[in-house]
Amino acid sequence: MDDSTLSLVLFSGTDDKLNAASVLTAGAAAMGRKVNIFLQYWALDAFRSDTIHKDHGVAPEAGTEGAEAYQRHGGQHWSEIFRQAKDIGEVSIHACSLSMEMFGLTVEDLDPIVNGQEGVASFFMDVDGPVTFI
Amino acid sequence: MTTANVTRSIDARGMPCPGPLMSLIGAIREGEVGDVIEVLSSDEGSRTDIPAWITKARHEMVEVDEEDGFARFVIRKAR
Repeated sequence: MDDSTLSLVLFSGTDDKLNAASVLTAGAAAMGRKVNIFLQYWALDAFRSDTIHKDHGVAPEAGTEGAEAYQRHGGQHWSEIFRQAKDIGEVSIHACSLSMEMFGLTVEDLDPIVNGQEGVASFFMDVDGPVTFI
Repeated sequence: MTTANVTRSIDARGMPCPGPLMSLIGAIREGEVGDVIEVLSSDEGSRTDIPAWITKARHEMVEVDEEDGFARFVIRKAR
């Protein structure tokens, strides 16, 4: 069993991609893997505490039918799945300081599931294998 | 269907993956060693995920029953 860290860079801010990332995170945390997440651009924007529960849409490839299927499927919000993953395992979520600057955000503007902000080199301090970009 | 002194029952039917597993993990963490937890799940992922997690986390699968449209997992907290 490989116990290496799951390193995810979240770039896309649509609900379907964030949901997929939260499910991967929960599964990895359940199986005892550390999870190291870096939020950039539109994914970071989706973690703003004032708008985290708003409709962030779905990826363009979903089309109308796919978007409807996603809405129908329901289930928990991705932020809740990340929260549960943090409860059961070692999951850290950091905002990219460059993207923070671009949006003019401070850590107080983000949902508390975000541990803090860091630069890209700090993110790589905790990377011990491949990086998955979503 | 046997009922081996179920301490806690979780009805996770209708909850998508990974909800039922996350609910089970929460119940295991809150429980005492020896507790028997029952999970009802209609999620297909649970059929592989719950046994995989039980093996990894070293708890005991007491039984798995196929019911009409859902599965019933009975787990004993082993440590």
